[in-house]
Amino acid sequence: MKIRLDHVVKTFDTFRAVKDVSLDIESGELVALLGPSGSGKTTILRMVAGLEYSDGGHIYFGEQDATDIPVRDRGVGFVFQHYALFPHMTVAENIAFGMKVSKVKREKAAIDARVTELLRLVRLEGLGDRFPAQISGGQRQRVALARALAVDPKVLLLDEPFGALDANVRKDLRRWLREIHEELGITTLFVTHDQEEALDLADRVVILKDGQIVQQGTPEEVCRNPQSAFVMRFLGDANVLSAEVRDGKAHVGGTAIDVEGLAEGKAELYARPSDLDWSEQGPGIPALISRVLDRADGRRVIATTEAGEHLEFDVAPERTVKAGEGGFVTVRRAKVFAAPPPP
Amino acid sequence: MSANLTPNLGRRKPPRVGDGPLFRRALIGTVLVIGAFLILAPLIVIGFEAFKQGWKTYSATIANPDTRHAILLTVVTALIAVPVNTAFGVAAAWAITKFDFRGKRFLLVLIEIPFSVSPIVAGVAYLFVYGLQGIFGPYFDAHGIKVLFALPGIILASMFVTAPFVARELIPLMQSQGRDLEEAATSLGASGWRTFISVTLPNIKWALLYGVVLCNARVMGEFGAVSVVSGNIRGQTNTLPLHIELLYHDYQTAGAFASASILAIIAVFTIIAKVALEKQGAGRARKTATRPALASNPAEKPS
Repeated sequence: MKIRLDHVVKTFDTFRAVKDVSLDIESGELVALLGPSGSGKTTILRMVAGLEYSDGGHIYFGEQDATDIPVRDRGVGFVFQHYALFPHMTVAENIAFGMKVSKVKREKAAIDARVTELLRLVRLEGLGDRFPAQISGGQRQRVALARALAVDPKVLLLDEPFGALDANVRKDLRRWLREIHEELGITTLFVTHDQEEALDLADRVVILKDGQIVQQGTPEEVCRNPQSAFVMRFLGDANVLSAEVRDGKAHVGGTAIDVEGLAEGKAELYARPSDLDWSEQGPGIPALISRVLDRADGRRVIATTEAGEHLEFDVAPERTVKAGEGGFVTVRRAKVFAAPPPP
Repeated sequence: MSANLTPNLGRRKPPRVGDGPLFRRALIGTVLVIGAFLILAPLIVIGFEAFKQGWKTYSATIANPDTRHAILLTVVTALIAVPVNTAFGVAAAWAITKFDFRGKRFLLVLIEIPFSVSPIVAGVAYLFVYGLQGIFGPYFDAHGIKVLFALPGIILASMFVTAPFVARELIPLMQSQGRDLEEAATSLGASGWRTFISVTLPNIKWALLYGVVLCNARVMGEFGAVSVVSGNIRGQTNTLPLHIELLYHDYQTAGAFASASILAIIAVFTIIAKVALEKQGAGRARKTATRPALASNPAEKPS
């Protein structure tokens, strides 16, 4: 089912949580709403579910205007951040709940068969008789998903689905959710503040800031071509250097980088740690190594430029760099954005 | 290194803060003595005095028509006041914990008022509202409905005094549970009623029962407010606590103590029920292990 948000607005008391958001989600797509806390991503998800009503704009499911359809009749599967499993029901009863209360009457045998099928889908065969308190966090999350899928929702909505789990379980569940999505092909929208999770899992990432969409696109598009300093910063570690744009080039401490479409004047140069390198002889930005952090996959160098700006970058494990050494930072690639207006 | 593992057997450990042996014994002793004189002794006296003149006198006193009527009146009052207050408590707790509305804090304070106000104030207030010179008194009188000095007044006064019991037990629990479960049930297609019956109620049942037990004990024992509005008519508007006072003033000590023993027995059963319910996780000792901490209201902290 295709979902369309058309100029949706939501205000809590005086706080504008969502400001004029329009978004198209294609049928069968897996889309991540990514943003820091307070960006309105959960509110958007809850409005799509019908758990929150929009103050303006429309939400369409296919051709149907779903804006005023109550959550009960909207036909969405919602997975809560803290699972919201019914603690007094077994895993099987939790999964069967939606089918039991549905307006569509089902035979008991049919419900049981579907529960068994779903337990197999989420790889929890044999745990149907357990209570939520007796299973692990990752298992609870899978039960919550099975319960949401049991009512054949038009859309699957997940609120920070892996937020409460530890790192290893997260990675497993991420891959597994992707597999389930490929198997069922159900339109899925999920909310996360974890950029890695969004990039790993989604077909398309929608980045939000202060209740507005700042950029959307495939993981490749948003990573390779961030359109603002905010997106650049939010998607991963970034070094910032103040630069000066002259004659179509950004100048930083003796290095110049070609830029297009930027007005002359002050600008900021953003580079990922992997976009920078170190050389003992120039050319480059003169800097002094202040610390070297050894990590499993390489060595991270923290250096200070002559202007007093700190830079972090990675060098190959076999490079012999030491704190206190001087040298030059070379810029392999970088993004330049106009400097923010002084506050 | 193994030397470090042997416990320091011979050494006297310094006491923990506030755990000096003298202080400890003195404090425990004082509390026990005060408890014995203040709480235990009167209870023993009730039992002793009630049966002092033998089982015969005891059963005769209980069988006295006035006493029987007082018991009946107390039970009827409880049968009406407790369910009404239970419904009120559940509704109030639901409204306060699941909705956002203007005057929510005011409602919270309002519910607590009967705890802080002397019951006699409630009784006098009812006199002014429903009495013949009161606001609604003439209206009810014109329609032949007797509120004061009759059962309705007794029930109203009892309900005022016990209004907070159920709500107070439920509010903190339902607040900690948040709205997630109800939202989940509704998103799965459950109606409001179905959600309440199969999701909300099973998760609050022990706290609810706990509140009902306390509410019932208080309704049956209520004296002050009821005393003002009932008119103390023997055999007509005397509840058990009022009856006890009347007997005592008539120098029927055995009768007073026998009637009092009934209330004491109810109290003992209440305590047993209370402890049993606390073991189920109601009241103060709430277990949270079965449920992760829930965000109370996602709407309040959009992210």
